[in-house]
Amino acid sequence: MTLDLLRFTTAGAVDDGKSTLIGRLLFDAKQVFEDQLEHVAQASERRGGAGALDLALLTDGLKAEREQGITIDVAYRYFATPARRFIIADCPGHRQYTRNMVTGASTADLAVVLVDARRGVTEQSKRHAFISALLGIPRMVVAINKMDLVEHSQARFDELVAEFAEFAAGLGEITGRHATAAASPDAAARAAEISYIPISALKGDNVVERSGAMDWYDGPALLELLEQVEVAYDHPFDRPARFPVQWVIRPGAGISVGVDRDAPAGAGAPDPDYRGYAGQLASGALRRGDEVAVLPGGGRTRIVAIDTYDGELEEAMAPMSLTLRLEDELDVSRGELICRPDEAATVARELQADVCWMTDRPLRPGARYVLKHTSRSATAIVDRIEDRVDVHTLQRSQPADELALNDIGRVHLRTNVPLAFDAYTSNRRTGSFILIDESSNETVGAGLIAAACA
Amino acid sequence: MALSLEMAVATRPQLSHLRALESEAIHVMREVAAELEKPVLLFSGGKDSIVLLRLAEKAFRPAPFPFPLMHVDTGHNFAEVIEFRDRRVAELGERLIVASVQESIDKGRVVEETGPRASRNQLQTVTLLDAIAEHGFDAAFGGARRDEERARAKERVFSFRDDFGQWDPKNQRPELWNLYNGRIKKGENVRVFPISNWTELDVWEYIDSEQLEVPSIYFSHVRDVFSRDGMLYAWREGTELIDGEEIFSETVRYRTVGDMSCTGGVLSQATTLEEVVVEIAATRITERGETRADDRVSEAAMEDRKKAGYF
Repeated sequence: MTLDLLRFTTAGAVDDGKSTLIGRLLFDAKQVFEDQLEHVAQASERRGGAGALDLALLTDGLKAEREQGITIDVAYRYFATPARRFIIADCPGHRQYTRNMVTGASTADLAVVLVDARRGVTEQSKRHAFISALLGIPRMVVAINKMDLVEHSQARFDELVAEFAEFAAGLGEITGRHATAAASPDAAARAAEISYIPISALKGDNVVERSGAMDWYDGPALLELLEQVEVAYDHPFDRPARFPVQWVIRPGAGISVGVDRDAPAGAGAPDPDYRGYAGQLASGALRRGDEVAVLPGGGRTRIVAIDTYDGELEEAMAPMSLTLRLEDELDVSRGELICRPDEAATVARELQADVCWMTDRPLRPGARYVLKHTSRSATAIVDRIEDRVDVHTLQRSQPADELALNDIGRVHLRTNVPLAFDAYTSNRRTGSFILIDESSNETVGAGLIAAACA
Repeated sequence: MALSLEMAVATRPQLSHLRALESEAIHVMREVAAELEKPVLLFSGGKDSIVLLRLAEKAFRPAPFPFPLMHVDTGHNFAEVIEFRDRRVAELGERLIVASVQESIDKGRVVEETGPRASRNQLQTVTLLDAIAEHGFDAAFGGARRDEERARAKERVFSFRDDFGQWDPKNQRPELWNLYNGRIKKGENVRVFPISNWTELDVWEYIDSEQLEVPSIYFSHVRDVFSRDGMLYAWREGTELIDGEEIFSETVRYRTVGDMSCTGGVLSQATTLEEVVVEIAATRITERGETRADDRVSEAAMEDRKKAGYF
């Protein structure tokens, strides 16, 4: 069984053909509308494109991008085939590359890594593969592009596949998940499965249609693979349930200031004693009658009802949005985590995490930030930086006294309140956080929790 | 009746793509309610904001919505849409604020355009920003989608606006996982787009699956129209025609609901939700390209309007 909706990410620099690939995918899959095509035809002509459509222009949305011929920011594209719906997070690969790639990768099920057949496996391709692995993307497709410029050579393709595979085998070492990968039952901890496809985005070889120019390749075209690929999600019923409380529904109480509360709610006269805990199930499944613990406090109770607007459910699974009613009148509020007591999340105030730094002013020990984790915001102080990944050589260097823009490193943090979390490798939702600068309110860092500090 | 999911699905159960998008949008709405002081939901009576109202019901019932609704009324709306708007609001029992472009004109805040191509579309931005300031709203939900237009493809779910209401596309906050940063300073606000990841077809399939009522102009009907720049505009009392333009009857429906002066109809025989879904699934032209004059002004018309504070 395949996913109904596949979110994938691409990344690339100006010349490696990423925008052309996406343009080609949309164009050949007949997902470009006539008026969009007209825009591209006009713009191609203005740029002196000698009659050929510049498919890269399909994806550049902002004026500055079209003027400068660059991609500035992550863009999201939508297309559908009879087999599946797709959301592409299209990430530019130059300025602020870590920030863009990490952002695109954070919600992706699959990464398309581009390799230029002439230039070989560059730092840029390696960096994208590394970030995809670090962010726990379960599937990777390596598209070896510009095959038309190497005479569709099978020998060149085989050489690049071997080179990339050797590099990928060492990824676990750098992402720091090699120790747990073998033992962990969680998909996110396993090394990503990698497929290789020889393509020419410019000519359309093996993008939507299989190419006649490369008979030696008997695998699927890129779109075929995207339509059929199984993304290795575990059965939701086998994973620990995680329900961060977002909002408490109490019809009997005034909720928000400045809103007229005299107006009756449309759903009939609500029970004034109703108290429901609303949120989105981050992983796993819950059933009515389940015994649950509320973290970080640890209070125990039982689920008496799983409510939705469409009626009560006997059981629910991720990623449904729900409202839980609990047996005892515990004081549960936003930011607390509901889970089963025998598979509880870790509760701690000191943790180690890989942090991707996204702003010009470097991260230094002693700095304070707002940390947002699930539905909870805390104040965090950075105690030390343990190491830094050199994104050029992809080695972890230690020690480091700061993390600069685009750096990724392991840090130790302390929070003013306890957090209930999992390791990122076992749960992307309860293992991730963002850091916010208290004075500018900018999002300055992305964090992947490794473990509580010993 | 309660359903058993394990019974209902195969070995690896999953939500349908519509239910996954729905759940994501409900999550966004609850985050805003929890983290911002005074949100408002922009309700135009159009299909996207109709979906927002159903999502708000799913997010907050059995309690009332933790925010009011607001309509920026250009005074040139389709009568069917205004009638629908008021009926839907009454059914929900929620509070509606109407911010009027006519009032902005009367107060001298904006100057009405003149001539046959006059439109109040641009003027809406001032009325919207004034209403946000007057009521002290710090967040406004809108029904914009990233598939609508290429500048929107780059916009965040939480779109940060400075104290002039401006969008700075080159300096947006990174948005990771489902962790949204809604922190703002006084005077600033966030435009929030819970259905960013939906396509036009998703919206119609959702309306069909939820059996939501929509204004009658979304279905095929006979109307007095005139043709201009390749689009069919509704004729109404007071419209100035340009030489050679004639009023005639045509069977049309609307793909978008905006100001009458800049929204064109499309030839269509679709009279039911199912027929609309079939028509949208087969269309080869984007909704804004086909029906919105405001986006045809220049290559970056939407981007320019958003930078000025449009939602």
